[in-house]
Amino acid sequence: MTRRARVSFRDVAIRTPYWVFTTALAVMFLYPLIWTGVSSVSPHPGTNQVDGWGFGNYITLGNYQAGIWVYLLNTVIVSGLTVLITLVVSTLGGYAFARFRFVGRNALFLLTLAILMVPYATVLIPLYVILTRVGLQNTLLGVALVLTMFQLPFSTFMMRISFEAVPREMDEAAMVDGCTSFSALWRVLLPAVKPGLITVGLFAFLASWNDFFAPLILITDSRLQTLPLAVANLRGQVQGVVDYGATEAGVVVLALPCVVLFLILQRHYVRGFLSGAFKG
Amino acid sequence: MTVAALARRTPTARRSRRGARSAAGWLYATPTALFVLLLFIVPLLVVGKMSVSNWPLLGGDLGINAPLNYQKAVMNRFFWDSVGFTVKYTVLATVLLIVLGLGLALLVQQSTRWKSVLRIAFLVPSALGLASASLLFYVLYSPFAGPFAHLLAGTGLSFLGTPDAALGSTLFLIVWRYAGFYMLLMLVGLQNIPDEVYEAARIDGAGPLQTFRGITLPLLRPTLALTTVLCVTGSLLAFDQFYILTKGGPDNSTITVVQLIYSVAFQGQNDLGVAGALSVIVLAALVIINIGQIRAFRGKSED
Repeated sequence: MTRRARVSFRDVAIRTPYWVFTTALAVMFLYPLIWTGVSSVSPHPGTNQVDGWGFGNYITLGNYQAGIWVYLLNTVIVSGLTVLITLVVSTLGGYAFARFRFVGRNALFLLTLAILMVPYATVLIPLYVILTRVGLQNTLLGVALVLTMFQLPFSTFMMRISFEAVPREMDEAAMVDGCTSFSALWRVLLPAVKPGLITVGLFAFLASWNDFFAPLILITDSRLQTLPLAVANLRGQVQGVVDYGATEAGVVVLALPCVVLFLILQRHYVRGFLSGAFKG
Repeated sequence: MTVAALARRTPTARRSRRGARSAAGWLYATPTALFVLLLFIVPLLVVGKMSVSNWPLLGGDLGINAPLNYQKAVMNRFFWDSVGFTVKYTVLATVLLIVLGLGLALLVQQSTRWKSVLRIAFLVPSALGLASASLLFYVLYSPFAGPFAHLLAGTGLSFLGTPDAALGSTLFLIVWRYAGFYMLLMLVGLQNIPDEVYEAARIDGAGPLQTFRGITLPLLRPTLALTTVLCVTGSLLAFDQFYILTKGGPDNSTITVVQLIYSVAFQGQNDLGVAGALSVIVLAALVIINIGQIRAFRGKSED
């Protein structure tokens, strides 16, 4: 395994196709995103940005029906609620499954995982009826509760293995020092499972920010639409003519927070997986 | 530790302590239990009831009519077409994503700076929602605004114009959106194969292809099982991409089963009974398919 300091002609000849190939692949994955961003501000006939570069398409998007801010706010509310409720429920649940023995523990855990195996549509159609009966249909809270339920298999599993990875001595020592099981969780364990919390929160945010099917079924009032729904509906508004410029702007507004958040937290995202979320 | 050890020594204290622990466990698990019960178990019972009842969208439950909904579901003129299309799409998407996911993982496995840049480039699309990605490609494929519009103009070709082109274009979108995610799952699996095994193979004089077939593939089986189950389940339930990109067209050639359920329930027929029956059929099919897949992977690993 001695490494030659001199780069031979043969090395370069072998490496060059590899560089070309991998660069081409990276471009293929990035090109659609970059193209959309660039063309949303570039001039194009048939859009609201005909002459020169500018934000005409974003202004059209901003003035769409109730105004993009309403839809953006709806989406922020739904994602905020989903992330918050998912974090609380899966932290408490993960703690229970990792540290306590109680009747029905395994059955409840398996039932939670079983949510993954059931089609979205199979649960959403009855949920439409049930939420209507309790007055939560056509509300952002209703959508957030449903999205939280769909997040539970992954987040409960993730929090359970996060708590199990923390040595038991830590909370036992805290309890000996007079902590209740809750203050042991709050003061000692929560800081230790922070990477798990970030992964769960990131997944819950990405899923709820982008979800299309749940609001499509549960929201009937157009003022309560979330952003993906509003942008999808915006396409065919003006006499059946699709405003591609405004659609591009909508995609940028939808994608930008996700891409930025992903780039900031990608270490956690990748490490969350590599640390064994899917081992065995 | 000493106090806990003392408490453990007396049986009554131990029993009451265990009882208190059990109660505390349930207390922490209660929110999870409530979500599972109210938003998962109850809806499953309701959809079961729905599937055997006359239940129009606006009229509510009008009483049992079994097995009429199931007969109507199977006789729906799009039922078999949508089943056939969904299966075709699922097979193609699964093969593509598993092969390309593994290929990309092998390409970026070692940690050099360039390879971690590549990893991130492949992963960025998976931060987008499926609906956003579908909207993005809706514009990209457009014969008016897309970057390839002037190339296609006059050739008569289009991305979404024929059934085969629409399927191919949707598959490209799915590979773009998900290949990075499957690469990540494959990387986890590859990381779990100990270096010693590769070392031993190298000493025995195995070539790269032999090593891949003799070591990588067999030891990657748990990961391949997980990714296949995940991909098959996701693809069988495909909705967003077809609803946004192709709207089921051209000529109703790209209607998936979930789209059929949606349109029966909310577009036109407004028949929750038949939609419920379709949902139960899909659920049963999915359970059977997943049990079959898990058995197949387990059976293989035993010989």
